[in-house]
Amino acid sequence: MDFFHVIVVLLESTIRVSVPLIFAALAGLFTERAGVFDIGLEGKMLGAAFAAGAVAAVTQSVWMGLLAAILISIALSLVHGYASITQRGNQIVSGVAINFIVAGSTVILGEAWFRQGGRTPALGEGSRFQTITFPFADSVREIPILGPIYSDLLSGHFLLTYVAFAMVPISWWILYRTRFGLRLRAVGENPGAVDTAGISVIWLRYRAVICCGILCGFAGAYLSLAMTAGFVKGMTAGKGYIALAALIFAKWRPFNIMLACLLFGFLDALAIRLQGNPLPLIGQVPVQLMQALPYILTVILLAGFIGKAIPPKAGGVPYVKER
Amino acid sequence: MSTPYAKLPGWVEYGLIPLINLAVAFLVAGLVVLLVGENPLEAAYHLINGAFGRGEYLGFTLYYATTFIFTGLAVAVAFHAGLFNIGGEGQAYVGGIGVALACLWLDQTMPWYVVFPLAILGSAFFGAAWAFLPGWLQAKRGSHIVITTIMFNFIASSLMVYLLTRVLKPLGSMAPQTRTFAEGGQLPKLDWLLAIFGLDVGTAPFNVSFLLALVAALCVWLLIWRTKLGYEMRTMGHSPSAARYAGMSESRITVITMMISGGLAGMMALNPIMGEQARMQLDFVQGAGFVGIAVALMGRSHPAGIIPAAVLFGMLYQGGAEISFEMPSISRDMIVIIQGLVILFAGALENMFRPAITRLFAMQSRRAAVVAQTKGA
Repeated sequence: MDFFHVIVVLLESTIRVSVPLIFAALAGLFTERAGVFDIGLEGKMLGAAFAAGAVAAVTQSVWMGLLAAILISIALSLVHGYASITQRGNQIVSGVAINFIVAGSTVILGEAWFRQGGRTPALGEGSRFQTITFPFADSVREIPILGPIYSDLLSGHFLLTYVAFAMVPISWWILYRTRFGLRLRAVGENPGAVDTAGISVIWLRYRAVICCGILCGFAGAYLSLAMTAGFVKGMTAGKGYIALAALIFAKWRPFNIMLACLLFGFLDALAIRLQGNPLPLIGQVPVQLMQALPYILTVILLAGFIGKAIPPKAGGVPYVKER
Repeated sequence: MSTPYAKLPGWVEYGLIPLINLAVAFLVAGLVVLLVGENPLEAAYHLINGAFGRGEYLGFTLYYATTFIFTGLAVAVAFHAGLFNIGGEGQAYVGGIGVALACLWLDQTMPWYVVFPLAILGSAFFGAAWAFLPGWLQAKRGSHIVITTIMFNFIASSLMVYLLTRVLKPLGSMAPQTRTFAEGGQLPKLDWLLAIFGLDVGTAPFNVSFLLALVAALCVWLLIWRTKLGYEMRTMGHSPSAARYAGMSESRITVITMMISGGLAGMMALNPIMGEQARMQLDFVQGAGFVGIAVALMGRSHPAGIIPAAVLFGMLYQGGAEISFEMPSISRDMIVIIQGLVILFAGALENMFRPAITRLFAMQSRRAAVVAQTKGA
């Protein structure tokens, strides 16, 4: 029973840390499937987290915070879109630029507005997301196996957690079952064909970039309004890059993304759990190895040793219409 | 629009356009300063004064510039072959191992001029080794170099934390760093160089690796424009299919280019480790690998452009420290913003002002032609 309890706790924290990864990786899915590479997920998430923390602190409203997060994230996405779609600039360079601009400005603005060393003020009860407890969660906890799973694993998360998991089938439905999704995927594979069909490649890609902004906004809001109470500088701490790794690891498919994010989240949770505790059989595993594992796994996958990850064909290539 | 932009005179292409892009980046940065409620002009004054006002300040500016020349060259070499090496950060970090090993081995018995060449080789070797794998994976297994180098940055960071906390740390010490090197592991300062101009270097760690950086810049120029390998790299950068058609081995060029790039990034470690701290610390790279991207973009991947661009960023780092001292609400993170803006305007949006400028020049040359015609008649 003790072992089972450990597993439940571990899985519960896995879910908690995977949520921003799922949002961000799905965000990346939309742009990359439309042929726009985006390594600015990190920056957008950070910008959104800051906007959410700052606005929620000022207005005392969690919804205003969420809205601000989404708007800022969309704005940053549009900068990326302008650079890489309209100006046909290098998409990677643009993503790097956004990461830097956000990393710097969140600290400078946060310090100027709140004077708490780059933090936003701690949020009270009303201005952050509360956990949702399912009905009867307390009374069924005693039931063996199913009880803890229901009341500890499924119940007791934030609204955004459930939204994140709901976004997985929704994204799948949008990408694979709607006209917009079909066109979006086509524009990432063969924009010329889409253009020939009389559909604007530019506008489609902009819409994909906006979708990415919305989802990154959720990811950022989750960090500063749910996971913690307020924004801390540099709080994304490379999650945007892990999400990117998860996106590739999942071979650009929605349900695989969820699994990849859960796997990487599990590694993260396990690393924290194992700090100082030796594993049976293997012995002491350095924490650093656990932390590096998502990246190592992604490199191995990319090298084609675990199946083949084939990116969208037109990814990273700006579309030039022949005249 | 197959050939979107007309050819412009050289001074416009390599002088005016980068300057306009830079000016816009600084204008936007000025807006951020305004938003914070400070005077941008005052900030600019502190920036310039803090970077060049005194011999010591200049020494610090050039110390930072040394670092950025290395990382800028690293990114530029890869750019020429059409590769985007975003892993300079990790390669420089791992390159530190080579420097530290050379110093830990010989610092107590040998003078610096014996240790230094070994440290150079060590840093270049480890940096190149860390870039080899992404290069090889791209060449042989088709994995995207940008993604693998990003991943390798994170892996490098974990590896170095492990090494510094478990392996390279002296017994009984708590701090995650190597022991302090003896005399042989410390590079002499270039105080005499500044003394020629009547300046006093003070406490600034401006050291011999600056000269190495200049030599490296010259070597990169020779490599890219005066050797067969450089020609092949540029061919591949312009058109991989042309390179293939000419019988050049794409995978060979990719791997060698990445190793040269990684070696240059690794050599950056000499400057902070042997030149300033006299030990290897956690996070000694401090984002210099990423600054290299901005430097290479600003300098148009040409050594003659990279050196001034590196000095510019050295100025931002040193002058930025002075700004934060004089104007507390503008911390050193301001530099990160400016860096991002430079990357955005000089890199991703480099063509934003080009159509307008091209039109301007087209108009002018047409007018000149008309004038010449009327004179002739």
